[in-house]
Parts: sequence; C-alpha cells; structure tokens
Amino acid sequence: MATTTATPTPSAPAPKTNRLGLQVLDYRGGKTTLCAGCGHNAISERIIDSMYEMGVQPERVMKLSGIGCSSKSPAYFMSRSHSFNSVHGRMPAVATGALLANHTMKALAVSGDGDTASIGMGQFVHLLRRNLPIIYIVEDNGVYGLTKGQFSATADIGSKLKTGVVNDLPAIDLCSLAIEMGATFVGRSFSGDKKQLSAMMKAAIAHNGTALLDVISPCVTFNDHEGSTKSYKYMQEHDEPITEVGFVPHFQDIAVDYDPGTSYDVTMHDGSHLQLRKLHEEYNPTDRIGAVKQLMEAHAKGEVLTGVFYVETDKPSFTEMLNLVDEPLGQLTQDRVRPKKEVLDEVMNRLK
Amino acid sequence: MAHQDAGNGSVATQSSGGGANAQNRIVNDFTIQIATVNGSGSQSANLVLLKGIFRMGIPVSGKNLFPSNIAGLPTWYTIRASKDGYLARKKEIDILIAMNAETAKEDILSLPAGGMAIYEETADLKQFRSDVDCYPVPFDKITAAVCPEAKLRKLVKNMIYVGVVAYLVDMDLAAVEAALRQQFAKKVKAADLNWGAVKAGYEYAEQTLARKSGYKLEPMNLTAGKIIIDGNAAAALGAIFAGCTVVPWYPITPSSSLVESFIEYAKKYRIEPDGKATFAIVQAEDELAAIGAVLGAGWAGARAMTASSGPGISLMAEFAGLGYYAELPGVIFDVQRTGPSTGMPTRNQQGDLLSVAFLSHGDTKHPMLIPGSVKECYEMALEAFDLAERLQTPVFVMSDLDLGMNNWMSEPFDYPEKPIDRGKVLGKEELEKLGGFARYKDVDGDGIGYRTLPGTDHPLAAYFTRGSGHNEKAQYTERPDDYIHNMERLAKKFETARSLVPRPEVVQTGKSKVGIIAFGTSDFGVRESRDQLRSEYKLETDYLRLRAFPFSREVHEFVASHERVYVVEQNRDAQMLSLLKLDLAAKEITKLQSVRHFNGLPLDARSVTDEIVTQEGI
Repeated sequence: MATTTATPTPSAPAPKTNRLGLQVLDYRGGKTTLCAGCGHNAISERIIDSMYEMGVQPERVMKLSGIGCSSKSPAYFMSRSHSFNSVHGRMPAVATGALLANHTMKALAVSGDGDTASIGMGQFVHLLRRNLPIIYIVEDNGVYGLTKGQFSATADIGSKLKTGVVNDLPAIDLCSLAIEMGATFVGRSFSGDKKQLSAMMKAAIAHNGTALLDVISPCVTFNDHEGSTKSYKYMQEHDEPITEVGFVPHFQDIAVDYDPGTSYDVTMHDGSHLQLRKLHEEYNPTDRIGAVKQLMEAHAKGEVLTGVFYVETDKPSFTEMLNLVDEPLGQLTQDRVRPKKEVLDEVMNRLK
Repeated sequence: MAHQDAGNGSVATQSSGGGANAQNRIVNDFTIQIATVNGSGSQSANLVLLKGIFRMGIPVSGKNLFPSNIAGLPTWYTIRASKDGYLARKKEIDILIAMNAETAKEDILSLPAGGMAIYEETADLKQFRSDVDCYPVPFDKITAAVCPEAKLRKLVKNMIYVGVVAYLVDMDLAAVEAALRQQFAKKVKAADLNWGAVKAGYEYAEQTLARKSGYKLEPMNLTAGKIIIDGNAAAALGAIFAGCTVVPWYPITPSSSLVESFIEYAKKYRIEPDGKATFAIVQAEDELAAIGAVLGAGWAGARAMTASSGPGISLMAEFAGLGYYAELPGVIFDVQRTGPSTGMPTRNQQGDLLSVAFLSHGDTKHPMLIPGSVKECYEMALEAFDLAERLQTPVFVMSDLDLGMNNWMSEPFDYPEKPIDRGKVLGKEELEKLGGFARYKDVDGDGIGYRTLPGTDHPLAAYFTRGSGHNEKAQYTERPDDYIHNMERLAKKFETARSLVPRPEVVQTGKSKVGIIAFGTSDFGVRESRDQLRSEYKLETDYLRLRAFPFSREVHEFVASHERVYVVEQNRDAQMLSLLKLDLAAKEITKLQSVRHFNGLPLDARSVTDEIVTQEGI
C-alpha cells in the first residue's frame, strides 16, 4: 500500500470508510464461537480496527494459525482474506511456505501459548531466527482452553489452576526469547488495553520482518481466578507499561512533537512513525541486551512489563535475503520457470 | 541385444603361452569390485573405470556399497560390464581390487574359483587362494614415483589400479583417458597428474604382470548417444523443468543429493538476467517444517517439493494428512533406505510403500509414483507436479537409494512437450462471472473442487482452509452428512487419480500362465531373471511393472489373465502385495505369491530366479 488515496468527503448518511474506501464491515469475520469475555475476541477487534485504519486491502492479507482457541479466531475477523488454520504448533512452517510462494502478501499469524511455547517451540524459534516478514500474535493465557485448563509453558511459577494444582516450572518469556532469536519487532500487550494494543498492532503492520506481539489474553473459563497470573484482575494490578506507544501512519500528515530526551521516534519500513515515550528510565527500544535485562528484572519483581521492547528496522527480512524476483513465485508463467530445450540438450550432452 | 562374435557368455580358448592351463575367455560380461576405505577418495577412480567402459560402447552399471560413516569404514564399489545390457547387481564378483587391508582377506575369500585379484604386494593374499589369479602391485612405490606431492598420494594411488586393471582386461586407453579428462573437466593439472598415474599403473602391469585371466573388454556400440546420471540428479532436473519454485528440505541420506542437485541446476538455469531467483530454497529445521512449508507454498500457488527418506517421511505424517484433507498440492520425493527406524541409512529398500500410501491418521491415502529408471525419475518428477496441482493433494515419488545415489546409463531425457498444468484455479475474472465459488464442491464430477490463491483481487476469492471438518463452502462443520459427503468426494477424487497416474508397463506374450509384478529398481533384476527362467528352466513369464498407486485397470487385468502372479519387492512384509490385496477381487488375491529381498543390497536376478523356481517346484 504505497499510495495514499484521498479520504472521501463524509456526507451525513455515508458510512465511514478508510483510505481505500472500505468500511470497517469489510474487515469483519464470522461470529465468534469463543467464550463471552474471552480476551481473544478483544484482540480480533483490535486486528479489525488496525487493519481498517491502516487501510490494508483485505485481499492482500494471509491469515495463518495453528491449533487452539486462539488459532480458531482468524475465522472471526477479515473474511475477505485467505486463511489457513493448520496443525498444532506448525503454523510457522506453513507461513514460511506461503510467504515464499507469494512474498508480496501481508502475513498475519495468530497462535496461542500452547501452540507457540510448547508444541510449536521448534518452529517458532526458527521463524524468529529467519526474520520472516509476518505479524505473529500470541494470544497468551497460560492455559490450554480446548482441552479444559491444563497449564501451558508460559504459566508463571507458583500460579494456580482452578483445581488448586500449582505450577512448579518457570514460564518461558516469549519476548526475551524473540529478541534473542532475531525478531525485529518485539512487544507485549494486554487484550484489555485497547489503546496500547491498537498502536502496537498498527506499528506491527508497518513493520518489515518478524513482529512478535505477546498479548496477555485472559481465559475467562479456566484461568481468570484468584491465584492466576494471567487473569484480568492480575493484569490490572501488575501491568507495567515500559513506554507509552504512539503511532502515526505514513498517510497521515500530522506533525507530532516529541522530546528526544524522553521519547524515541522510530521511522517504520512504510514511512509511518512509531513514537515511544519512556516510562522507565533505562528504556531504549534499540538496545537488545538492555531490553532482555529489563524483562528479566520486571519478572523478578512480579511485574508484567508491556510495550514495545525492541525494534530494528534495517535488517533484511527472510524473503529479501533470498533475492527473489519481484512477482510472486507461485504466479510466474511457464516461460520463466521452465528453461528452454537448449538447456536440457546442454545438460544431456555433458552427461554423455 | 547385439552379441559379440565371441559368442554367448563364455568360450573356452587355448592359452597362448607355453603354460598348460586352459582358460575361459570371458568378454564384456563380468563384475569388478573395488574394496576401499571410506574417505580414501576412490570415487573419481571408480567413475573413470565405469565411464571408460561406457565409452567403449559396453553396457555398464556401477554400485556404491558404502557405510554410514565419514571416513574409515570399508566401502565397496562394484562395476558390472554386461554385453547383454543387464544393469542389475550381480551377486558374484569376478575381479577384485583389494585396496583395504582390513577386509582384504575376507574380500579375496569371497571370489569364485578362477576369479582375479589385484592387491598391494605386501599383503600377500595369494596364501589364501591358490585358485584365484593374483596380481600383486607395489601401489605406494608407483604412486610415489608419479606424484611428488605427498599429500596427494592417497588420492592418486586410486588411479594406479585403474591403469593396472585397464591393462589386465585390455581396456581401450583412449576411452579411459577421455573419461578421466571429462571427470576432471577444467582442472587440467589434476587431470594430467591422474592420467600420469593411470599410465604408470598400466605400464607397470604391462612390464611386470603376465595376463593369466580371460576377462576381457572389447569395444561394442551399445552406449552411443546414452548418458550416465544418478536418479537424484535426474529427479532434480525434472523438478527444474517442471517449474518447481519452492524447495524446503532437511538433509537425510539418501535424498540430500536430490535437493543439492536442484540447487546446483537452479543457480545455473533459474536465475533471471537481473540476478534474481525464480526459486526459493529453505533448509528447514526438520522434516515437519519442510513438508509444512511445501504445503503452505502449494496453498499459496507455488510448485513446491521436498525430498526425504524413511525417518523424515515418518515425521511428515501429520502434515500429509492435512495435505490430503485440506487438499493442498505438494511433491515429496521419498528416496527409500533400509528401515525400520534409523535402520541402515546407506542401504537399499522398498520399505515405505505401506506407510506412505496411508501416511497419517484417519482415512487418508496418497498417490505414489514409482520410477523404475533414472529417466523415469526425471519424467515422474515432471508428472508429479502436474498431478499434485490437478488432484490438489500431496503426491509422493517413491525412489530408492539404489536408483537415487548410483550412476545409471540411460537414453537422454526428452524435453517436456505438455505445458505445465496448474489444475483448477479460479482467477478474478472467473469469480466475477460465477459470482463466487464453493471451495470443496464437486462441480465436474471428478471429486476435484476449484480453488483460489491468496492475493486474488476479488472480495469473494477468500476461503478458510482447515484440517478440521468442513463443508463444501469450507465452513467448519460437525454435521454427519457434511462429513460423509466430503469424505466420499475425496474417495471419488482418489478414483480419478487411478486414471491420471502413470500406467504400468506390461510385457505380455499371451502364452504364459505365470506373471511377475515388480516395480522401481527391482525391474533390473527381474528383467534379467526372466531371461534366466526362460533359458535355464524353460519358464516363460509375463511381466507387469507397476509405475504408480492407486493401481490402474491394467493391473487388475494382468492378475486376472494369469494363474500365478509373483510380486517381487525389496522389503520383508510384502508391502506391495498387501496394497494389491486391498484392491483386487477375492478370487484374484489367491493368485498372488511373494518374492521378497530385503538384505539391504540391491536386488540381483539370481535371487529372484531361485525363489520363483523353488515356488514353482521346478
């Protein structure tokens, strides 16, 4: 979406549209079958809003997911985008293949903490390592919902199941892992924080490379009780934003003041601006080691650090590294993928 | 087959020297075995021998029997020259080149009486066999004289035996030199050094060794116009010309060289003038990721493939089921090796048939193409991509180590005449005309629906792909009727596959009550065995070579028209026979008899002949 189209002049009854002339309705999906109050539904809403507001054409988006409650959710937003609900923990491979076939598409992946941090860990780290150009959302609730409430690998040590079972293994911090593995946009948010999540979603859309968003998304049925560290209540009490996240899309001509002493302004791949106002003294979103250190310190203090932890805008994405032709590989015509007869003759002659 | 005037097989002649020992003169019909140590660099020398014989116009085949090891363990390379054109492994070794001190005694003991042995003179192998013609050679001394550079001697030493054996079997030296120069291509210095070594070996033999044995090579004209290639490179070429664009893979013996050949060809022939690639290679983290990326790419419109072997194929099981149920194209080469488990990674087997045919849980089945030659590795690679997109399903190409990693002579490959078939894909214009589509609706009665690709610029193009229950419109469903309807359609699609996959090759005289069914690399041994059965036992047989699963009509007809049918295969559990049983009528099943060979070595004709003779009670 390189060009900006003029916003149509709104007349009284005309529905609101984005820069493509599409309504928010054009970004909606099927009716959700998740539990009422599930954090995942709020995340679906934020995806709809941010895609609409960014003016991303739905037909240019591929939705990818694995297995689990979270992975069902792509059916509940953006019906005009192709979607692939694959197998448990293996969405990164499917996404990799799909992007190789068509690197001109925007890829949006939705996974869960089980799908990513347990069964899918092997593929997840390799996706990060490749810096695959994809928005990878982990809808993180610390439990397995579809199998009725077992702990996942992001559950905090000491947190309690409804049945009273206490988790005695440490949580995997997907954000510090992602930073270490080479992801180029890493942040954590909370499904209940509309403003922060929207800004981060839009920045992720503007990013070129792996954008990992670990979104704490309480499971109202199995993990929203006293003793859980992934409940609404716990998040309201322990959410510790490291930065205030502001986003100005490239097609909006708004000059925003910022103070280099207290804020970072990051120019994204598409020309949009990500503005990060420090809430912690040591915050620096371009410092990988510092980011990991702060994540570990916050965790030790029992805080759930949120915000954009790390951004790197100049590292080539995986599909760029492969030096592919401009058109999607999957759509090349025969004359470009089948060498001429002379080539076969040459090969045959050398084998004689 | 053309015959030399020396006659059929062997002709006894009087030895010319003063000695009294009569000799058999055996022309263009014997096997040379080179026993070496893995990592000693003998491969170039062996190929020079193989290609030298090829250049003399004599049909030849070479087989590398190597350990799963980087260096140090024993390796054997066998070269069979056959005036009758037999390319299968021959059990008996006629000429031994014993370069491995550790196995030398065992090696010479395995020779038949009248065989011939070349070895390092200090080894004194003569003591073990007085009935073998022994040719001791001071390899190190000769090597040192022609190769001043000490660190190259280990490699150059191998060329000495090329020269020695070339003299003893009377090879055309010009053919050997041409093969050697081709082998070293642009490396002129290396070619000169190695050619010097061949000549030194030849001259030493000429001056020192008296030719006692009757094994001789004489020029023929049976290889003109032919090529030599291994099956993996042939399959890679097929994939190149099929327009394959996405190759995610994970290395595993014996399939790695298939993808490595693809990379080599692609870098040469699939880069556009601006330097950009029309292909993407990803070395994946494992085989799960490899097939996952193949299916993701197939879903998004690319021709994608991967290559693997048994252990990797097992890991692919879950995704294979998704590919079947969500109907995603993809090509998977299974270069089979000896299982179960890690098994014998560098030995041969046709052992993955049952597991691949039904790879994954639930009612899942997959088309398999089964190449029986390097030419078919190429042709079936081409065909597999068309079939995968036509049928919208994963297609497996069942090669094996013997075919994939060994060098075979072949007719040159033909340029594909058929244009690429992308199957049923709806674009923007069609969608506009149709006013939408239902992804899994059987519009044409062949069980195959129409699909759209991500990125199609139409609001009705998108659909939801899932491995969970779905109806015609690709919507989630658990309704019994929807489920049955979809599964029945998939079954119908598999019936459609029956008429689209390659037909079997049938060699029928119409006179015989006995039929043989074989496939893949068993073909070479079975062809030779049929000749043995005819000439030695007066048993005429008809022959059907399977080239694909599901089985087409001809297979049923072949079994129906014979009283007994021997199914020859390289596994313990008669896997192909089991697949046939599932497909044939009850009265036909009782006709099937099994001939199995599963010791890890390529199938030889004698094993088949002996087993059929026993079962026939001849």
